[in-house]
Amino acid sequence: MATEFVGSISKPAVPIIDLVVSEEDRVAIAKRHRRRRTSIAIRYVFLTFLAAIILFPIYITIVNSLLTPLQIAARPPFFFPTKPTWGAYSDAWNAGHMSLYLMNSVIVTVLIVTGQIVTATCAAYAFAFLEFPLKRTLFIIFLATLMVPFEVTVITNLTTVVNLGWYNSYAGLAAPFMATGFGAFLLRQAFLGVPRDLRDAAALDGYGHWRFMVRVAVPLARPAMAALAVFSFLGAWNQYLWPLIVTKDSRYRTLQIGLRQLRATSLDQVNVTFAGVVIAALPLIILLVIFQKQLVRGLTAGAVKG
Amino acid sequence: MTSDTATTDLMGDVGQSKRFLNRRRRETGLGYLMLAPSLLIFSVFVFYPFFKNFYLGFFRTPPFPGLPARYVGLDQFREVLTSDYFTNSFRVTIVFALLTVPAGIILGLLLAMVANQRLRGIGAYRTIFSSTVATSVAVASVIFGTLLNPQVGLLPWLGLTTNPAILENPKYALFAVAVTTIWQNLGLSFIVMSSGLQAIPDEIIEATEVDGARPWTRFWRVTLPLLSPTVFFAFVVGSIVAFQTFGQIDLLTQGGPIDKTNVLTYAIYKALRDQNEGKAAVLAVALFGVTLLLTTAQMRILERRVHYGN
Repeated sequence: MATEFVGSISKPAVPIIDLVVSEEDRVAIAKRHRRRRTSIAIRYVFLTFLAAIILFPIYITIVNSLLTPLQIAARPPFFFPTKPTWGAYSDAWNAGHMSLYLMNSVIVTVLIVTGQIVTATCAAYAFAFLEFPLKRTLFIIFLATLMVPFEVTVITNLTTVVNLGWYNSYAGLAAPFMATGFGAFLLRQAFLGVPRDLRDAAALDGYGHWRFMVRVAVPLARPAMAALAVFSFLGAWNQYLWPLIVTKDSRYRTLQIGLRQLRATSLDQVNVTFAGVVIAALPLIILLVIFQKQLVRGLTAGAVKG
Repeated sequence: MTSDTATTDLMGDVGQSKRFLNRRRRETGLGYLMLAPSLLIFSVFVFYPFFKNFYLGFFRTPPFPGLPARYVGLDQFREVLTSDYFTNSFRVTIVFALLTVPAGIILGLLLAMVANQRLRGIGAYRTIFSSTVATSVAVASVIFGTLLNPQVGLLPWLGLTTNPAILENPKYALFAVAVTTIWQNLGLSFIVMSSGLQAIPDEIIEATEVDGARPWTRFWRVTLPLLSPTVFFAFVVGSIVAFQTFGQIDLLTQGGPIDKTNVLTYAIYKALRDQNEGKAAVLAVALFGVTLLLTTAQMRILERRVHYGN
């Protein structure tokens, strides 16, 4: 809008404006206009420069996954796959067990996300809608779990899982993460925003607490639910320490630990490692593109005052 | 207490108040039932192992498996916590946090400021800036590990090379791990800072523009103070995450060279791998203590300076 206006008055063909804008003004405006265009160009150059730095490691990984090991070691290096070969992908997928690791990651992540949402919804509902003795104390206990890093509990958890017979199994991978203090807190805040009158009206309609929770409270808290889903998804998907110590073979290893195995293979298969990295990163990149909005909300839950 | 139960109370009807009591009891039962799954998981996998650490720390793990662990009281705590091994590990953890947290916040803020302008195609840049959020620790570590590899890596070819190789170099290994971490966290940092910036009302920025404040002054006097809750949050959470760093170390350096990247979590892992539960437990207690101290101190110091509006 503003630029169009400036543009129209700098045209000398409009006489009525000529009366108002002196020759010097017109020069000054044109100059400002030019400077603005240069500044926009500089901004694009700067943005592109930053984007290139950030993308460089990802770009080179994709390129290298399409090269042969000899081409990767060549100096000067290839910055573009002149004759892309896809063999590394099938090697990583089959011989490198990436298909298995991917499936394991999906199963464990689905278990954890579902588990966290169910337990957190129930707990948050109790804290937001029900009255019972020791409610305050119990809520503080929930918050206290946030102060204990998982690494601190890992020693005994390993013993516990072994004793339960869950070592090297999906149950062992998921069990310690089936509840979340953060999630309960997040959903409680959302439930507190549900008008009380709704609960009273629903009670008059004969809705019990369970029905009210599933039919009214949960749908109203959908943004917070989505945020929690994203948050626990990323947490579960990216886990490293626990799957490393609680699995012993590729049957139950997750993608992250699979990458560790793949990297350990010799350097003359480095293209397979790169292909494995792409396979491991792809699901999240696809999700990032589709669910960008929810992702941002999930990651910033709590960061910015509502 | 819901409003209808309050009215029942006022009416004082005996039959009704009995029903009220019944309902109250039912509500209590339901409340505990709903908390039960979470409480079960927390008891087994958070509180029990947490307290067990203190107990395990009182016992020295025997040199050969099969022998009973010997009760040594506080001796093991004293021994481990005053050892050079622990002091070094503690220092490495602090240095790592100092290398990654402030740099991550500053770079994320820079990207957010640069991307927070009305330009055609800015959406594409935003997606690129947040893209590393799709990389896991393992993905980032394997990428950088290979890029830094002296035989096939690109960075040595670009002249970024030391002798011995960067990841085996006591001077630079931790720095290389830090750069990997900063890159991996950049997307998240950008997203958090961007949403903080967008939460600042446009009118405030426009008002200062009308007042003729220079961009630099505007940043220090207006934007940064209004952004301080976000920065504060990023600082606290970032520090906690930095103290739990594990994957990068395991994939890039395994705590070496000569323990120069042996952060606390990695030291716990190594003790656990060597089946020395007693030592691992003492280190875990230390990690908890440090995390707790750090977050409390940050809350105290920073909260006073944070501008929360209203």
